[in-house]
Amino acid sequence: MSITGIGAAVRRKEDHRFITGTGHYTADINRPGQAFGYFIRSPHAHAAIKSIDAKMAAGMPGVLAVLTGAQLAADKIGNLICGWMVHSDDGSPMKMAPHPALANGKACHVGDPVAVVIAETLAQARDAAEKVQVEYGVLPAIADPAAAQKQGAPQIHEVAPHNTIYKWHLGDANAVEAAFKSAKHVTKLDLVNNRLVPNAIEPRAAIGEYDAGAGTFTLWNTTQNPHVARLVIAAFVGMAPEHKLRVIAPDVGGGFGSKIFIYPEEVVALWASKRVGRPVKWVAERSEAFLADAHGRDHVTHAEMAFDAEGKVLALRAKTIANLGAYMSTFSSSVPTYLYATLLSGQYQIPQIYCEVDAVYTNTVPVDAYRGAGRPEATFVVERLMEVGAREMGQDPVDLRQRNFIKSFPHQTPVIMNYDSGDYGASLKKALEIADYKGFAKRKRESERNGKLRGIGFSNYIEACGIAPSQAVGSLGCGVGLWESAEVRVNPTGSVEVLTGCHAHGQGHETTFAQVVSDRLGIPIENVSVVHGDTDKVQFGMGTYGSRSGAVGMSALAKALDKVEAKAKKVAAHLLEAAEGDIEFKDGKFNVAGTDKSAAWGDVALNAYIAHKFSGQELEPGLKEGAFYDPKNFTFPAGCHICEVEVDPDTGNSEIVAWTAVDDFGVVVNPMIVEGQVHGGIAQGVGQALCEGAVYDKDGQLLTGSLMDYCMPRADHLPPMKVDTTVTRCPSNPLGVKGCGEAGAIAAPAAVINAVTDAIGTEQLAMPATPAAVWAALQRAPKAPRAA
Amino acid sequence: MYAFTFHRPQTLRQAASLLAKHEEAKLLAGGHTLLPTMKLRLAGPPQLVDLSLIDGIAGVAQSGRSLTIGAMTRHNDVSTSPVVQQAIPALAGLAGMIGDPAVRHMGTIGGSIANNDPNADYPAACLGLGATIITNKRRIKADDFFTGMFSTALEPAEIITKVSFPIPKKAAYQKFRNQASRFALVGVFVSKRGSEIRVAVTGAGANGVFRVPSFEEALKKRFAPKSLEGMTIPADGMNSDIHGSAEYRAHLVGVLARRAVAEAIGK
Ligand SMILES: Cc1cc2nc3c(=O)[nH]c(=O)nc-3n(C[C@H](O)[C@H](O)[C@H](O)COP(=O)(O)OP(=O)(O)OC[C@H]3O[C@@H](n4cnc5c(N)ncnc54)[C@H](O)[C@@H]3O)c2cc1C
Repeated sequence: MSITGIGAAVRRKEDHRFITGTGHYTADINRPGQAFGYFIRSPHAHAAIKSIDAKMAAGMPGVLAVLTGAQLAADKIGNLICGWMVHSDDGSPMKMAPHPALANGKACHVGDPVAVVIAETLAQARDAAEKVQVEYGVLPAIADPAAAQKQGAPQIHEVAPHNTIYKWHLGDANAVEAAFKSAKHVTKLDLVNNRLVPNAIEPRAAIGEYDAGAGTFTLWNTTQNPHVARLVIAAFVGMAPEHKLRVIAPDVGGGFGSKIFIYPEEVVALWASKRVGRPVKWVAERSEAFLADAHGRDHVTHAEMAFDAEGKVLALRAKTIANLGAYMSTFSSSVPTYLYATLLSGQYQIPQIYCEVDAVYTNTVPVDAYRGAGRPEATFVVERLMEVGAREMGQDPVDLRQRNFIKSFPHQTPVIMNYDSGDYGASLKKALEIADYKGFAKRKRESERNGKLRGIGFSNYIEACGIAPSQAVGSLGCGVGLWESAEVRVNPTGSVEVLTGCHAHGQGHETTFAQVVSDRLGIPIENVSVVHGDTDKVQFGMGTYGSRSGAVGMSALAKALDKVEAKAKKVAAHLLEAAEGDIEFKDGKFNVAGTDKSAAWGDVALNAYIAHKFSGQELEPGLKEGAFYDPKNFTFPAGCHICEVEVDPDTGNSEIVAWTAVDDFGVVVNPMIVEGQVHGGIAQGVGQALCEGAVYDKDGQLLTGSLMDYCMPRADHLPPMKVDTTVTRCPSNPLGVKGCGEAGAIAAPAAVINAVTDAIGTEQLAMPATPAAVWAALQRAPKAPRAA
Repeated sequence: MYAFTFHRPQTLRQAASLLAKHEEAKLLAGGHTLLPTMKLRLAGPPQLVDLSLIDGIAGVAQSGRSLTIGAMTRHNDVSTSPVVQQAIPALAGLAGMIGDPAVRHMGTIGGSIANNDPNADYPAACLGLGATIITNKRRIKADDFFTGMFSTALEPAEIITKVSFPIPKKAAYQKFRNQASRFALVGVFVSKRGSEIRVAVTGAGANGVFRVPSFEEALKKRFAPKSLEGMTIPADGMNSDIHGSAEYRAHLVGVLARRAVAEAIGK
C-alpha cells in the first residue's frame, strides 16, 4: 500500500476549494447573455387553473416571456416520469399520473409551478411575476396519507381512484398468520415515519442554454446523476436527442437524495432558453426549496412481531401507507417497496415476513429517496419492535437481539435479500464495551438524583447498499441498470485522470477514488484527478446515491485499473525486452522476474505514448482503459448504534448525552472520510428523531415552510460521538467495500426513540420527539417512569 | 426586495424629518428583522432611513442606580460589556442568548423592542426590570410601551434613542428556545429591587410580553423558588402552535419562573 492508498486517512483534496470559496457551483456560473427565470407557484394545495392572464406582466420592463403549461404542451414537451415500475397485487401497473413541468389545467400542491417569467434580471422577473393574474378554482385538498384512501377524500388524479398508486405486498400472508397464531407473545406498534425536508446547503439551480447554430442544448444543473438526467430529459421529456443534450453537474453542495430526481425547473430552463434564444438561469430560494424539492419518508405503519416462549422471533408483519405526494417523483415507487420491505428482516433470523404497502397521492410536495431511502423506515420498524418486545417480555434488549441474530452467511431472508457477510455479534459486543453498558444503571441513578430521566436505546441496523445488480433491479421493475463505469486515462508523464459515472456532492470522491489509483499504481494522490459530472466527458454512468460509489463505482475503477496494468505490462515488456509473462508490477515499478531489470511507472507511461519501441502492429500506442462493473449482489453494511439520553421531565427536553456507533462497512478506503459520513448521517437521523418534521395543515398548506419553523439539527443537538468499526470483507466486489453514506441516518432514529421511550416509560411517542411532544407524552404516561 | 431609496442621516433631527416627510419610510437599525422581511417581499418600504451614522445613540453608561443603553447598541456589545455584566448580569446574559453571532453583531436593542416580536428576548428584560424607553420625543415606561404583538406605543416618526434600566438587587432570565428559530418559546425574566418584584414572560402569550401578578405577589412574601411551588398560569391566552400547546407554554412559565428565581438568588 502506498501512503495515500486504501486505508489511509488522507485529507480531502477538494476541501481547500470548498472552504476557501473557490468552488464552482451552478449559481456561480454565468453565461453570456443570460436571462433569469422566476416561477409562479400555486398558493393552493389543489386548484383548477381557470385562466392565466400575462398581458400586463409581458409588458413590464425587461420581460422576455411569460410561459405556461399550455405552451409547454403545445411545444410537445413531455411529462416527467417515475422510472421504477411497481405492480399492484392484482397485477395492474402503478397509477402514474401525468406530471407536466408546468401545471396544465390544475395545480396539485402548494408550490406546484404554474408559469415562469423570463426577464433580463431576476428582480424584473419577480416584479413581473406579481403581475401575472392566475385565476384559481380552489378544490378540496388532502394532505394526510392515512386519510387519502378514505371514501369521500378529494380525488387528485383521474388515473388513481381513491388516490391509490399501488397496493403491493411482499411475503406470504398465510404463513405469517400461522406463525402469529403459534406465538407466545406479540408486540404491536403504530408508527409514523415523519416527513422530512432535505435542505442541502446549496439550493437547487439550473441554467439551460440552447445553441441555435448547432441545435444543441446544455444544462448546468445541481444533479447527483447527470447521465440519468440527460436520458430522461432526452428520451421521455423529448427536449432533444441524447447526443444533442449535454448535462453538466459542477460542484454540488449536498444532495442527500434530493438532487437525484429530474425536476420541472431544469426542463423549463432548457425549453425556455430555446423559446427566448437566451441562456436561462434559475436558482432556488430556500423558501422555494421547501415547496419544490422532493421530501423524504412519510410512512404510516402498523407493525407486529411474534415471539415464541424463548424470545425467538417467529414472524413480522407490517402494513404501511406511503405518501408519495402530488406526483410520482423519479424513483419514488421503489422507496417504500424494494428499498423498505426487503430490509424488514434486519439483522435477525426471522422465518416469516409479510409486508403490505399502499402508496398514495396527496396534495403535498412529491416524496422520494432521502438519505437512507426506505431503509431508515425499515430499521425503525424492526428496531422499535425489538426494543418494545424486550420491554414487554421483561427481557434485556441486548439478550433478545443476540438470541435472534443471523450468525451464518450467506443468509437468505424471506424478503428477497441474500445477506453475503457480517458479524452482528462482534459490532454489538464492541459497542457495548465502548458505551459502558454495564455502567448504565449507575448513570441512571445519578441522573435521577439530578431530577433527570435517563434512557438507553439500541439500533442494530442493516442496509442494502451498493445499488445495485442490474438484473435484480430490472426484475423488480427498475427502468435502468445500476452498474457503474470508470475510465482510467494515463498521461504521457504518468499522471492519471479517472473518469467516473459517479458524482460527488460532498462525499470526497476526488480523494477516495484517487486513493484507489494510488494504491494500485503506486503514485501519489496528487498525481490523480477525478473527472465526473459532465456527460461530454464521462461516457455514461448512473450517479451517486444508495451508498453505491464505493461498492460499485470503485469496483468499476478497480476493473479498469486491471486493464491498465495488463496493458502497461505489455508496454514494459517491450521496453525491457522481456516476455510479457515475466513482468511483475509492484510498488509502482515493473520488474523482469528474477532479474534486476526494471522500469518505473513514468517510463512505461511515456513509452506507451511515444511508442518508439513498439514494433509493427501487435501493440497499440496509448494507455487508457475503461470498464463497466455490474455488481453481483447488494452489499450489506450493518452495525450497532447506542444512544443515551437525559430527559428533563419539567420541560420535556431530551439531551443526547452519549452516542456509540460501531459499523461494519467492509474494507474502509479512508477512515477519516468514513467517520465524517457516519457523523453526518447520525446528525440527520437525530434530526428526524428529535426536531425535524414537515407539518401540513388540513388544507395542504406547509406550516413548516422555513427554517424558522422547520428545525434542522444543530451542533448542540449532538454529543461527542464514539465511532468505531468492525470489518467483514464484502465477498462480492474486488475491493471488499460495502458503503457508509447512509448508515448513520438509517440507524439513528430508532436508537434515539428507543432511548427516549426508555427514559420516559411510555412507548406513545411520535417523531420528532420535541420537548413539547415528550412533555405531552409524560403527561399521558400511565405509570411513573421505570426505576433503574 | 423591491427597490428603495436609502437615506443615511447624521442627526436624529434629520432622521425624524425624513420620517415625517416620507410617510412609508422605515428606520433601519441592525436590519436583522427588517431586511429578511424585505427580501421575502413581505415589506417594501420605498424609503429606508439608516440610523448607523447618528452619533450618541449607541453605547452603555451607568449613572447611579441606573444603566442606560443606546438604541443602536448591538446585542454583542451588551452581552460583552463589563459595565452591563457588572450592573445587571442577567441582561448581559440575555443579550448573549439572542440568535447567533451574526445576529448579535448586527441586531440592536432599539430595533428589537421597536419590533416587539412576541418571542423576542429584550421585551422580557424591559418589562421584567421596569425599564424606561426614551425616544426623541418622550420617556415611556415599559409597562406602557409594549401594547401587543408587534405593536408598541411608538408613534409614527418616533425614534427610540435609549433604554434606561434601574439596577435590580437580583435578577435572572431563563429562556427555553423554540428549537427551530431559537427565539424564546417561553422566556421568563424575574427581578427584585427593594420591594418591587417583577416577573415578565415572553414567547408564551398570544398577545406578546406580559407580567404575572400572581407570581409577583407570591414572591413578595419570599423571593425563593419555593414560593412558586405548584403555581402555574392559565393556558387561556397562551399561544398555541406547532411548537407547543397553550398548556405546555403555561406549564413552562411556572418551570422557568422557578428556575429564574433560583438563579437570581444564586441557587
Ligand atoms: C436568525 C435570527 C435569529 C434571531 N434570534 C433572535 C432571538 O433569539 N431573540 C431575539 O430577541 N431576537 C432574535 N432575532 C431578532 C434580532 O434580535 C433582530 O436584530 C432584532 O429583533 C431587531 O433589531 P435590528 O436592530 O436588527 O432592527 P431592524 O431589523 O433594523 O428593525 C426592526 C424594526 O424596528 C424599527 N426600528 C429599528 N430601530 C428603531 C429605533 N431606534 N426606533 C424606532 N424604531 C426602530 C425598524 O424600522 C423596523 O421596523 C433574530 C434574528 C435573526 C435574523
